Amino acid sequence: MVNNAPALIPVIYLTTCMLIALTRLRRRRYAHPMALTAAVLSSVVALGMLYHVIRFGSFHYHFGGWPPPIGIEYVVDPLSAFVALVINVVTSLVLVHSLNVNKVELGKKVVPYYSVVMLFLLGLNGIVLTGDFFNLFVFLEISSLASYALIAVGERGSALAAFRYLIMGTVGASFYLLGLAFLHMITGSLNMADIALIIPHLKIGENPALHIGLVLMVVGICIKMAIFPLHGWLPDSYTLAPSASSSLIAPIGTKVSSYVLIRMLFFVYGADLVSREIPVSTVLAWLSAAGIIYGSVLAIAQTELKRMLAYSSVAQVGYIGLGISMANPLGFIGAVLHILNHAVMKSCLFLVAGTLRQRMGHSDISRFDDSYRVKLPWTMAAFTAAAVSMVGLPPLAGFFSKWYLALAVIENSQWVLLAVILLSSLLNAAYFFRIIEKVYMRSPSAGGLAEQEEVRLGSGEPGPTMLLPVLILGTALLLLGLFNAVIVNVFIKPMIPLGM
Amino acid sequence: MEFFLGHYAYWFIITLLCIGLYTVLFKRNLLKQVIGLSIFQSSIILFWVACAVKWNATVPIYDHAYPVEQTSLYINPLPHTLMLTAIVVGVATLGVAFALLIIIYKNYKTLDEVELIEEMKKW
Repeated sequence: MVNNAPALIPVIYLTTCMLIALTRLRRRRYAHPMALTAAVLSSVVALGMLYHVIRFGSFHYHFGGWPPPIGIEYVVDPLSAFVALVINVVTSLVLVHSLNVNKVELGKKVVPYYSVVMLFLLGLNGIVLTGDFFNLFVFLEISSLASYALIAVGERGSALAAFRYLIMGTVGASFYLLGLAFLHMITGSLNMADIALIIPHLKIGENPALHIGLVLMVVGICIKMAIFPLHGWLPDSYTLAPSASSSLIAPIGTKVSSYVLIRMLFFVYGADLVSREIPVSTVLAWLSAAGIIYGSVLAIAQTELKRMLAYSSVAQVGYIGLGISMANPLGFIGAVLHILNHAVMKSCLFLVAGTLRQRMGHSDISRFDDSYRVKLPWTMAAFTAAAVSMVGLPPLAGFFSKWYLALAVIENSQWVLLAVILLSSLLNAAYFFRIIEKVYMRSPSAGGLAEQEEVRLGSGEPGPTMLLPVLILGTALLLLGLFNAVIVNVFIKPMIPLGM
Repeated sequence: MEFFLGHYAYWFIITLLCIGLYTVLFKRNLLKQVIGLSIFQSSIILFWVACAVKWNATVPIYDHAYPVEQTSLYINPLPHTLMLTAIVVGVATLGVAFALLIIIYKNYKTLDEVELIEEMKKW
């Protein structure tokens, strides 16, 4: 029974995708509840899988009954079950919020929109669960194609942003496919566990194909993950996409690519190979550090909330890259914990940006003042919690992932990188406290325009569908921070691969 | 010389790959970028197929003259089937790219990247 669970999540999403398309015929308003049901069901399945994995160990699902090196398999181990749970729970909350936002921003396009959202989630869950490299490529492209569509329904200019993302993303996926060709040439297999067994028997110096394959695949995934010099597609896409899409793609899209990088480097090639024989991790460490500084500095320069959050995403992905590149258990814990924390923080921040756009009609930082606090006290409280967590103040969640990253950097004696982590926390404080200061301290300036808008949009807190997800995420940050020792010991410690 | 002639298929594929990547990176017209992307993807598909070449072997359909145990007599069909999937993925990408180009052209009446960035700045 439980062995069939891994296939259940893609089946749920694929079926719902088709059914939602049918609602176009009669009942448009069913689209949103159906999408939400699918996400909640998948969260339940993911939770069950995580429980089972922690309790009884990892399990496999063989497609068509073909055993692994020949057939495709889905693997549920502590890492994949954990990431699948994060994706589905965060998505469920974002989908609750999207109901009212989409009514305003998308109008009648909601039916195809939710259909494409299901495809996007199908792709992400498939990436996380699959144990086969080529299957991963196909799911990568499914989720990417869906995200181009989700971005392109936004405001004027979003089509161009989506097009540039498409060009970059497809080049990235093609690099991945090219690297996979080299890997397949030398190992003759596509199954991750099988390749992991073959690689130690190859003589590294005599097989340049192994090096080329590794480098090309890492470059391809880094484009999807938006590691610093390859991040060009990210800011425009996140800014111009509709609020619901950016709060859906920003927290989980790049995180799943980081998952692929972790899976590839540590579970297939092995930490020893990528940090000593081929210095992939050194390059990754310095690029991530550059990305952290670059993203934070540019975030300070932005005047629009969503664009600022997009640049902050570039910086945050840098933290995950940094944790991966340390190639030691502490860095691994830091990276995985940051995948969870950043998914919760970023979704909370983007949801607040969506709420502001709907209630205030804009998300322009220079026009923020303390009337926001009066009108939206709870939303702004959740925003502040997420912002403080991004800066990394205890006891909120963001502190602990940065703490593990700092410990990992100290263990490898990389003092420059430690300075980067500390400096970036200061930069984060600079751009988040700027907003908090405006919202809580600054008295309203010219009231006339604001009041006119208020009449049009209505005042006060938004309805429960928009307020609840934000509050849950804000509270979750506090809980994740307080119980981080439990999360690390119960869930993350069993993930650490052997020989790391 | 032997090195070049012996690997002529790979040299052809590398040339295609470079043409595709150059077009994607340096052409101003968005439609030409899509064409470059398509060339780039095709070269990778050709690379997979070229990898699967095996001399003195036959199609992977069971033949009594060739015993099953001697796998070296049969071609490995896996790369070809994988590339069928990759071609489908490529077609889907092209479809989405053209749909986006149509929207862009309707909004701005141009597909020139430099002009489009100028238009974007006005907003």
